[in-house]
Amino acid sequence: MSILDGAPTAAGPRPYGGIGQSVRDSLVVARRNLIRMARIPEVVIFGLIQPIMFVVLFSYVFGGSIAVGGNTDPSAYREFLMAGIFAQTVTFATAGAGAGIADDMHKGLIDRFRSLPMARGAVLTGRTLADLVQTALTLVVLAIVAVIVGWRTHAGIPKAVAGFALLLLLGYAFSWIGALIGLSVRTPEAATSGGLIWLFPLTFISNAFVPSDNMPMVLRNIAEWNPFSATVQAARQLFGNFPDGYPVPAAWPMQHPVWASLIWSVVIILVFRSLSVRKYRSATA
Amino acid sequence: MPGAIFAEGLVKTFGDVRALDGVDLDVPEGTVLGLLGPNGAGKTTAVRVLTTLLKPDSGTARVAGIDVLKKPHEVRRSIGLSGQFAAVDEYLTGRENLRMVGQLYQMSARDAKARASRLLDRFNLADAADRIAKTYSGGMRRRLDLAAALVVSPPVMFMDEPTTGLDPRNRQQLWEVIEELVAGGTTLLLTTQYLEEADRLAHDIAVVDHGKVIARGTSDQLKARTGGERVEVVVHQAGHIAPADEVLRGFGKGESKVEEHTRKITVPVSGGAKLLAEVIRELDARGIEIDDIGLRRPTLDDVFISLTGHVAEAEEAEGQGPGSGKAPDGRPGHKRHDRTEAAS
Repeated sequence: MSILDGAPTAAGPRPYGGIGQSVRDSLVVARRNLIRMARIPEVVIFGLIQPIMFVVLFSYVFGGSIAVGGNTDPSAYREFLMAGIFAQTVTFATAGAGAGIADDMHKGLIDRFRSLPMARGAVLTGRTLADLVQTALTLVVLAIVAVIVGWRTHAGIPKAVAGFALLLLLGYAFSWIGALIGLSVRTPEAATSGGLIWLFPLTFISNAFVPSDNMPMVLRNIAEWNPFSATVQAARQLFGNFPDGYPVPAAWPMQHPVWASLIWSVVIILVFRSLSVRKYRSATA
Repeated sequence: MPGAIFAEGLVKTFGDVRALDGVDLDVPEGTVLGLLGPNGAGKTTAVRVLTTLLKPDSGTARVAGIDVLKKPHEVRRSIGLSGQFAAVDEYLTGRENLRMVGQLYQMSARDAKARASRLLDRFNLADAADRIAKTYSGGMRRRLDLAAALVVSPPVMFMDEPTTGLDPRNRQQLWEVIEELVAGGTTLLLTTQYLEEADRLAHDIAVVDHGKVIARGTSDQLKARTGGERVEVVVHQAGHIAPADEVLRGFGKGESKVEEHTRKITVPVSGGAKLLAEVIRELDARGIEIDDIGLRRPTLDDVFISLTGHVAEAEEAEGQGPGSGKAPDGRPGHKRHDRTEAAS
C-alpha cells in the first residue's frame, strides 16, 4: 500500500472562502482547544480557585469595612461586589488566549496552520471561542459560590441572564486583546505575565470593588469611562445589585451601562480582531 | 519550462542579517532538491518564503506553477510542509491531530477520519493512535508530523531538516518513506545539514551559505569538487611522520597534508575499505606505530571548506554525519534558538 493511496491530490472540493469555511474551520480549531482544556484540567481548576478566593476574601475581609452609598451592611457590599468579581474573572480569558497562542507559535503549530488552506482568522477565532466556553464554565461555578455566600439577584431571571451575557461578551472581547499579545511576544511565559499585568490597574481603577465616588477626580474619571466599569455597572444593574442609597455617577457610561458595555465590547472585538488577524498573517515565531 | 518549484532573486533581511541574499532555485517536477547548509545559512527562511509563511523583500517564486506572492492561498492547497520541529499538538492523540489537519485541508469529517486511519497504519502509529502525542518518542512525533504533511497528497512537498534529532533507525525509516513519496511523483525540497542525507535522497543539491546558493549540482559533482574520500592517519611518534607520509603518498591520488603537532597525515584516495586495509598492512610492515587510522568521506565541513574556505559556523561545525549520534537533539527549544538567531 502506498502512502498516497486514497489521498486526494490537493485540498478538497470545497472552494476557498466564504463565511461557511470560516465558521467550519473556527469550529475545528475550537474543538481542538476544548479537547486540550479537558486534558489539562489543572488550567481550568486554577483559573477557578483565584476568583473563588476573591469572592470569599472580599466578602468577609473587606465586607464590613467598605460602605456603599453610606450602607455599611456587609451583605450590601457582597451584592455590590459580585458583578465586579465576575467581570474581573472574565478578563482573565485574556491571559489564557495569549498564552495558548504564544505556545502554538513556540511549538511551530502556527506555522503548520498557516501553511494549510484554511480560513484566515480561524486559528484565532477557534481559540477565543474555546476560551469563551471555559469562561462560561468558570462563571457558572463562581455564581454558585456567590449564591452560597449570600449573593442574590433582584431583577428577575431574564435580566440576570442578560447580565451574564454582557460579562461573557466582555470576556470574549478581552480574549482578542490576549490573542494580539500572544502573537506579539516570544514565549508563552511572557504572554501570561504580559496578559495579566495591565489587568490590575484596569480592574482596580474601576467601580468593581469600591464605588468610584470616593476616588480622586482623575481616577474617578478614568474609572467611570473604563470599559471594564461599564460592564460591571451593567451587570450590577441587571442583577438588581445597586445597594440602597447608591448614587449612580453622572458619567454617561454609568447612566447607560448596558449600552456602554455593548459598545465597548463590540469596538474592542472589531479593533483587536482585525489587528490580531493582520499580525497572524505575518506571524514569524 | 520552469519547474515545480521556481524562485528567482529571493531576498529577505532581518535587521542587518541578509537571511536570503538573492536565491535562485529551479526544481523540475518529480525531482528532489536538497538544500544543504549549516544553521543560519538561510535554508529555513527559503522554505518559509516558498510555503507562504514569510514574504520576501524582493524576488519572485512559483510553486506548482502558482505565484507564491500573488496567490498564497492557492499555493497552500498544493503543498505539504513538514517543518523543522514536529508541529503536532501534544495534547491531542495522533488520530485527532491528523483528523484536524484533514478537516483544515477542507476534507469532510468522514474523509478526514478515514485518511487519518490509513496514515496511522502506514506510519506504524496505529498502536499509539489514540494516545496523546505528548507520550510519543521523538521519532514517532516526526512520523506523525510527516503524516500530517501528507494528509492530502500534495504535488509539492517541503521538508525542513526532517531527520534532525532522530536516531539512526528512525532516520532510516523516514528516508524510506521519503523515497516512496518521490517514487510516486512528488516534487520535494528538502533541507539538511547532512551531506549523507542529501546524497541519498536528492537528485540535485544546492549548497547555501549566508543566504546565497554557493554551489549546485549532483552529489557526485559536489563530491568531486570536495576531493572525495581520504585516508587519515595519526602516528604514535613524531619520528614516524616522515615514513608514514611516504607510504600514504604511495597510495594517494593527490597531495598529502601533514599536521606536525597532532602527528596527523591526510591524503585523498580512491578505493575505499580495501585500500585502507592495504595501507594498514604497509604501515605495519614498516614498523610504523599508529594511534588512529580511518577512511574519511566528505562531510558538510569538507564541502564548506572547499567551497568557501571556512567551516560551517554553527554548533555542528564538527560536520557530524547522520550516524554519529552527536546530532542536535531537535527539541523545539534548542532549534528555536538556532532559528531566532538566524531570523533576528
